[in-house]
Amino acid sequence: MSLAYYPGCTLKTRARNLEEPAVASMEALGFKLDEVPRWNCCGAVYSLADDDLIHQVAPVRNLIRVKKQGKNELVTLCAFCLNTLKRANLLMRQDVAKRDTLNAFIDEGIDYSGEVKVVHLLEVLRDEVGWAALSQKVKLPLRGLKIAPYYGCTLLRPREIAIDNVENPTILGEFLKALGASPVDFPESTRCCGSYQVVSSPGDIAEYTRPILNSALKNGAEAMVLTCPLCDYNLGRGQKELAKKQSGFREMPLLYFTQLLALALGLGPQVCHFELNHGSPESLLKEKHLLSQVESFQPIGGQK
Amino acid sequence: MTKQVPVTISPKRLRREFVKKVKELSGQNLQLCYQCGMCTGNCPAAANMDISPRRIIEMARLGLEEEIADSKTVWICASCLACAVNCPRGFDLAKVMEAIRLLTLRKNIDHVRPEDIPPQERCDLPQIAMVSGLRKFTG
Repeated sequence: MSLAYYPGCTLKTRARNLEEPAVASMEALGFKLDEVPRWNCCGAVYSLADDDLIHQVAPVRNLIRVKKQGKNELVTLCAFCLNTLKRANLLMRQDVAKRDTLNAFIDEGIDYSGEVKVVHLLEVLRDEVGWAALSQKVKLPLRGLKIAPYYGCTLLRPREIAIDNVENPTILGEFLKALGASPVDFPESTRCCGSYQVVSSPGDIAEYTRPILNSALKNGAEAMVLTCPLCDYNLGRGQKELAKKQSGFREMPLLYFTQLLALALGLGPQVCHFELNHGSPESLLKEKHLLSQVESFQPIGGQK
Repeated sequence: MTKQVPVTISPKRLRREFVKKVKELSGQNLQLCYQCGMCTGNCPAAANMDISPRRIIEMARLGLEEEIADSKTVWICASCLACAVNCPRGFDLAKVMEAIRLLTLRKNIDHVRPEDIPPQERCDLPQIAMVSGLRKFTG
């Protein structure tokens, strides 16, 4: 089965460790992630101003191209892309005046009124594959791996685009259970990591990430699972600073959900690109006997 | 830490263009807020703000444009929407923060200048950070 797929800017470079294991895993599950032809950057953040239509052009153009591709569902991996595309789609469904203005402005040959359904890959795994069927496909159960599911903001807020319950999301925990891992609940799983504040106030990122990381560690997590390249960057950066500032602070591996999926499906570490991870998972995965081949990878920053 | 700001409230200020513009850009009815403080309580950045999120709403509806402009609060907001999903009045404060930022950015006053970001940072930051940061902090 072929699914229209939107990668977004970071997944082709810095977050190849989010994309490549996803493509390989979905193929193993019988789905082809079919990239939207001529996709463009979605703008990363949804414009919150009522009169700001020009910033809706980029996400809407992508949605039109999905319609032209002959698909009625669009799969995203990056939590930011999901948020921006899903909210722009909602605007096209609900606001007739703005829809008409945007359709008149965007010269793509066809009109668009929100026909495409924007989903996250986790939703495909939950709703189209199913947790029970997924767990049957697992070749290397992630037994004994205690992982904190970190949702961040954009999968769950605002309420109208949330992929799960806003207050008490379970989708990542269910996903981890299906792979045989042990999810570690922690109260800060939906707290913001600082997001784009890293551009204007990089020095504050450690403080944003401190309660998230400490809470996960305190609850017994050995690693954290993520869906967003900006969360990955901020938490990775925050960890490094906290390790210098806070005595007794322990850095933990940060993993994308797709890396765990590929690993559990027996696709091997090659597709996971662990060398791009902040906080190397190598020693933890070896300790849990989850690295089938003894091979080393050089993590970013040059330190293991 | 929230700072104390002496303010003057007047009917003239309440009718200012600023109040009208904030309502227009945000699409929010500022009178909805009953100042319970759930926004501040849920804001992960409130500790870094000089004026709390709750007070920003009150000051915006009183037309205290200069006092808000002197504060760094709207530039610290990361639009994480923890305020919006927890508001018992269905008020979207992130939209008000954006409206106030835009009133500055649209005067061609940028909060961040790309050339001021150290070259090492520029190489290190992923695209998702640069695109979102420059979208929020430049006009």
